[in-house]
Amino acid sequence: MGAESLVRRKPQVDMTKKETTRKTGPGSQRKGPTPAAVDRELQAKIGAQLRAMHDDIIEQGVPDRFQELLARLDQSKSKG
Amino acid sequence: MREEDIVREGIIAAIPRLRAVAISLTGNTDRADDLVQETMLRAYANIEKFQPGSNLGAWLFTILRNQFRSEYRKRKREVEDVDGRHVESLTASPEQFGKVEFNELRSALTLLPPEQREALVLVGASGFSYEEAAEICNCAVGTIKSRLNRARTRLSQILAMPGSNATPEDVGSSDSRNAMDIATLAPRNVENSEG
Repeated sequence: MGAESLVRRKPQVDMTKKETTRKTGPGSQRKGPTPAAVDRELQAKIGAQLRAMHDDIIEQGVPDRFQELLARLDQSKSKG
Repeated sequence: MREEDIVREGIIAAIPRLRAVAISLTGNTDRADDLVQETMLRAYANIEKFQPGSNLGAWLFTILRNQFRSEYRKRKREVEDVDGRHVESLTASPEQFGKVEFNELRSALTLLPPEQREALVLVGASGFSYEEAAEICNCAVGTIKSRLNRARTRLSQILAMPGSNATPEDVGSSDSRNAMDIATLAPRNVENSEG
C-alpha cells in the first residue's frame, strides 16, 4: 500500500498490433477493411488516446494550489 | 512513520492521478481541481476511517466519484430550475487546456452519460481493474463491463461522425474545429425548440 500502489498503471498495450493478422476468409480480400475492423481500429486509437491524455495530465504533477492546501491542512492538524 | 502519515503520503501521491480522472470526467480543469480539493479535504477529515492495508486508491477514487456525482446532480437541478435554458452548461464547453490534439476526445467524453464516462475513464484511461472500478462506482462487475462497452461504442460513433473528420487515421487530429463540431451534437438546442 502507500504511494507505489497509486502510481502503478497497467502496461501500455499496443492494441493496434492485433488487427494486422485478421481477414483471411473468402470474400474479404481486396475489399479494404471490413466495418468491424475499422471499428476495432478506431476503438484502439481511442483507447490509446484516452491513456495518452491521462498521462499528459499526470505529468503536470501537483499544482501549487494543492501544495498550499496541504501545507494549511498539516498546519491546522499540528495545532490540534 | 505513523499509519496516518503513510495515508497522508498516499493521498499526496494520488493527486496527479485524481486530477487526470477528474479532468476527463468533468472536461473542465477548474471544476476538476475543485473536485480534487474536495476529495482531499474529505479524505483528510475521514483519515481515521481508512482501513490500514486496504486499497487507498479505491478509497480516494470512491470519494472523488461520489463527489462528482453529487456535483453533477446539483448542476442538473440548477439547469432544470431555469427551464432547461442552460442545458449546455451541464456538459462542459470545449476548453483550451492541455494539448490541442486531445480537444476532440475531451469534447466527445462530455457527451457520454456520467456512468459510462466513469467506467471508461477509470478502466480505459486510469488502468483500474473491473473489480476496482465496480467497487469505486458501487455496482456489479458486469455492470462496469456493459457500461464500458456502451461507452466505447458511443464514443467511436461520435468520433466517426461525418463532420467530425475523425477517421481511424486521424482520431488524434489537431484541428481544433473538430472539437466544436462535436460539441454542436450535444442535445442543447433548447432555445430553438422552445420557439
